[in-house]
Amino acid sequence: MRILETESVSRVFGGVVAVNKVDFHVEQGLVNGLIGPNGAGKTTLFNQITGMDHPTSGRIIFDGKDITRLPAWKISRLGIARTFQNIRLYNDLTVIENVMMGLHFKVGSDPFKGRFVQAVKSYFNAGKENRELYSKALEWLEFFELAPLKDEFARNLPYGNQRELEIARAMASEPKVLFLDEPAAGMNPSETAHLMYIISRIRELGVTVVLIEHDMKLVMNVCDNITVLSFGQKIAEGTPDEIKSDPLVIEAYLGREEE
Amino acid sequence: MLNFFQLIIIYAGIYALMAIGQNCITGNTGMLSLCHAGFFCIGSYSTAIICKVVGLPFWFSLPVAAIVSGFVGFLIGVPTLRLKGDYLCIATLGLGEIIKNIATNVNPVGMMAVPRAELFGYQFSSRNKFTFILLVWFFVLIAYLLFRQLAHSRLGRAMTAVREDEVAAQANGINVTKYKIGAFILGAAVGGTAGCFATAYTLTVQPGSYTFMVSVMVLCMVVLGGMGNLAGVILGAFIIEFISYFPQLVGLSSVIPAQASQIIYGLVLVIMMICRPQGILGRDRYRYGDGRKTRRSAAVKKEA
Repeated sequence: MRILETESVSRVFGGVVAVNKVDFHVEQGLVNGLIGPNGAGKTTLFNQITGMDHPTSGRIIFDGKDITRLPAWKISRLGIARTFQNIRLYNDLTVIENVMMGLHFKVGSDPFKGRFVQAVKSYFNAGKENRELYSKALEWLEFFELAPLKDEFARNLPYGNQRELEIARAMASEPKVLFLDEPAAGMNPSETAHLMYIISRIRELGVTVVLIEHDMKLVMNVCDNITVLSFGQKIAEGTPDEIKSDPLVIEAYLGREEE
Repeated sequence: MLNFFQLIIIYAGIYALMAIGQNCITGNTGMLSLCHAGFFCIGSYSTAIICKVVGLPFWFSLPVAAIVSGFVGFLIGVPTLRLKGDYLCIATLGLGEIIKNIATNVNPVGMMAVPRAELFGYQFSSRNKFTFILLVWFFVLIAYLLFRQLAHSRLGRAMTAVREDEVAAQANGINVTKYKIGAFILGAAVGGTAGCFATAYTLTVQPGSYTFMVSVMVLCMVVLGGMGNLAGVILGAFIIEFISYFPQLVGLSSVIPAQASQIIYGLVLVIMMICRPQGILGRDRYRYGDGRKTRRSAAVKKEA
């Protein structure tokens, strides 16, 4: 089942067509890879989907709902969480506070009460609410094996743990789809192996994962299906084995042989 | 001499209110704004107009000043909060000056002989400074408790998220614009109430006194005490007020010109930025869950 679909989405920056009529779709419950050479428009496409930026043309359908023009904070409330290519943690906050921020809209989303009433309620019930959020956040930290670091400032964490914390924060909002933007960038092989393990555990939770990655070993190992972008256009999609032998993909990555 | 210390404590209280407001905007939400003098001006005029022209008691003017300043904060906030950093600073600086200039043009001579604040028949006058200290610091305490609760709630954390990283905050489902405007309204409202007490104390309003320097002074207090730390900004208000009255305090006001204090603020800021950029007290650290529980269980054990 397709949980998310883009219908010929384009994004033009001045004269540059960063994303060109891309039909991308995400299969529910699977790990979907999105690969392509540098500048292929992968992150741009991510930004369109998560509402950080809006497409010039085309539509994005999530769970049967058109989310093309929704602001980022509304999209994330619908169940799309993401991480960033360059880590974006709340550096001056502790590890557990970062995860608590991921839980922000999980409380006070009682549909029978107005936003204002909820805000007032969470103002006066701060102590109780904090304890609830704290224990929930701690569960997530335990899931990611970060619990011993909970009182450390996010900026003091080693690089690999910062990546994991960002994923933990995204997962705390219990999303339907998790977008990971180059999670293995800059990681050493053992950190990458741990990341692979984390992604497989997230998949076991039933969360759909969309993964941008350059590390082909990781992509080929964890992804169930892969979409390849090159110069803003979709050039191939299929299972890892199909992608490996696709002549267009090989050409995009390695160039064409002179005849 | 005692009289003079009391005066400093009163002004420190009034400025502490302003600094608490500025802290909500700059310390918690990370918006560099320089128009607190404008909110101070609006608060002062609200009290003067309500007490003198309309003839209602001082207590009525407090909520009105807060609401009017909050509304002006909203009007200033909506167009300017798309700006960031230096640009926001310049835009709010300009708007603060506009408020001052409107006041100067509409009412160039200011207002005198505003009726005194009264409580159960007791008149708060500048002659009995001690009761006035109680009055002002009672409200500082209330503002402190209210804003501390805010900072430790989910709403305050969302503001902190906006300060730390707007993009990540959006990705966490935080409506950044709403929180920025909300912080601006709250900060402005407290700034307005500070104006009320200033009028209640001096019983005059002078449009020329709400200059850009007042905004800078308030910002200094926040930076000096520790951005995002309420106890810190109150301490900052004390220190800055003490510096500004220092020449008179040591009887050297004829030797040291009044402007010298501005040089000292500048120096203090430069030294702080080099040696301790997080302010005297640094950021407020609130321990969630664990810390509280252990403290509580320790208390329970003691009882047992």
